[in-house]
Amino acid sequence: MADPVSSSPLDHRLRKVPALVLLAALVALPWGLQAAGHEFYLALATRILIFGLAATSLNLVLGFGGLVSFGHAAFVGAGAYTVAVLMQDGIASAWIAWPAAVGVSALLAAAIGAISLRTRGVYFIMITLAFAQMLYYVMTSLKAYGGEDGLSLVSKSFVAEAVDLGDERSFYLLTLAVCAFAFLFVQRLLNARFGHTLQGLRENETRMAAIGFPVFRYRLAAFVLAGALAGVAGVLLVNQSGFVSPSLLDWHQSGLLLMMVILGGVGHLYGGLAGAAIFLLLEELLSGYTTHWKFVLGLVLLAVVLLAPNGVMSFRRRK
Amino acid sequence: MNATILHVDGLVKRFGGLAATDGATLDVRAGEVHALIGPNGAGKTTLIHQIAGSLAPDAGRIVFDGADVTALPMAKRVHAGLARSYQITNVFGRLPVLDNLALAVQARSGGSLRFWRPARSERARYDEAAAVAERVGLAEKLGRLANELSHGEQRQLEVGLALATNPKLLLLDEPMAGMGPDETARLLALLQSLRGGLTLVLVEHDMDVVFQLADRISTLVSGRVIACGTPDEIRAHPDVRRAYLGDEIA
Repeated sequence: MADPVSSSPLDHRLRKVPALVLLAALVALPWGLQAAGHEFYLALATRILIFGLAATSLNLVLGFGGLVSFGHAAFVGAGAYTVAVLMQDGIASAWIAWPAAVGVSALLAAAIGAISLRTRGVYFIMITLAFAQMLYYVMTSLKAYGGEDGLSLVSKSFVAEAVDLGDERSFYLLTLAVCAFAFLFVQRLLNARFGHTLQGLRENETRMAAIGFPVFRYRLAAFVLAGALAGVAGVLLVNQSGFVSPSLLDWHQSGLLLMMVILGGVGHLYGGLAGAAIFLLLEELLSGYTTHWKFVLGLVLLAVVLLAPNGVMSFRRRK
Repeated sequence: MNATILHVDGLVKRFGGLAATDGATLDVRAGEVHALIGPNGAGKTTLIHQIAGSLAPDAGRIVFDGADVTALPMAKRVHAGLARSYQITNVFGRLPVLDNLALAVQARSGGSLRFWRPARSERARYDEAAAVAERVGLAEKLGRLANELSHGEQRQLEVGLALATNPKLLLLDEPMAGMGPDETARLLALLQSLRGGLTLVLVEHDMDVVFQLADRISTLVSGRVIACGTPDEIRAHPDVRRAYLGDEIA
């Protein structure tokens, strides 16, 4: 008989050796790229990490919570805008702006979640989309914050004298550290009581209520956590590009994150990360050949959905 | 002698023009096995839903263990000791038996807002879940996915999930539904073994089971309790006989 403890679908192992190898490779990447003379790609790597974090946070509610949120870009955008707005008001310190940004994203998620999580299925998809679009139009019309044109950062967030986020390599390493910690947090969370509760709700909501779980409260907590993590991604994104505009809040962005999660693996620990990497690498590769790269990307997505409905990470896990 | 643990007073639940329960009143004594019988459409399941808290009554009151629970959400009622099982098997199909039960134990032990410590490190909780599995006859199936169990075993798990919440009163909605004779006998033995430790309220169509298990029986017809008494009293009751002969159903 299979050991019920070591083979439970509720637990998501880090797989220490591959995880450490991956982490070591990522730490060494800037020097590797330099040696190969491809330093240009470091920015792409940074972008992959950031989107990997955003997609992982979406996977938390989508893959592990069973909630198809179609407004996740709102939380990424809220984090990015908070940094930019505070910067415009003269607050450049990362120690103030970043926690504030994450807080704003979490609060926004709490407000949107408190209403949306009373609905189910298609209604949940539509209401989260509606809220995100509302935010998009609000930011488009707020002339004080750049309106449609968006806001530019006058400088990167200030962390410390010794750390210059304008330096590509420093920013990459900081991003890596933040993303690695966030990823570890998500992994621990999934295997902890909270994660088991969340996955139980995905599996059977009525039964969870019938054995005594206050369903709404746990879902809201997960939604807020995911929003906060998306806010972290927003903070990093605005610091990388030095710019934020309403297009970051647009439903295309939410769709992009959904696509990444579906590509990588819904409900797979590494799904968000893998999806972001595949998507952005394909984009980089294909756009070098054709301006119609989205068409090819669409075919790839179609192939993945048809051949591996659980995303590319499911190739690894054959039962 | 035995105190009343559940008092249902004049419950009314309407679905459009139809009153599924229409002033149902019921007293359940602590420690007894109380069966609810009645023809199809009498409102038995609707009554169970209201007692468990998954349906809100339009009128009436539910008092459990000395407290009015009429307005409490289902989860709070479970914590007060009022658990239910489902007529149609409602388990965590894609999870192993042990995880099914461990979730139920976790719900009771509170504090599920834990984000860091692996749930697996809580040996006591999994031991408790395994003990419940043993109680319902699934000790050999801990690692099996609930989907892969036989129908009878799924029904045992169904009861186990409710038991794992450590209830004072267990509402069983047709526990024998769709079971063969062997499976019925096994589940009957399981329910017999629960007798005394907790109060059982049982909706069941299988009259052999009802008369073997129940201390008292309430008969529900058209959303009202028309008779309540010992199995012998119910067997002899003229209104009950008429309801079951089929010429009464309003």
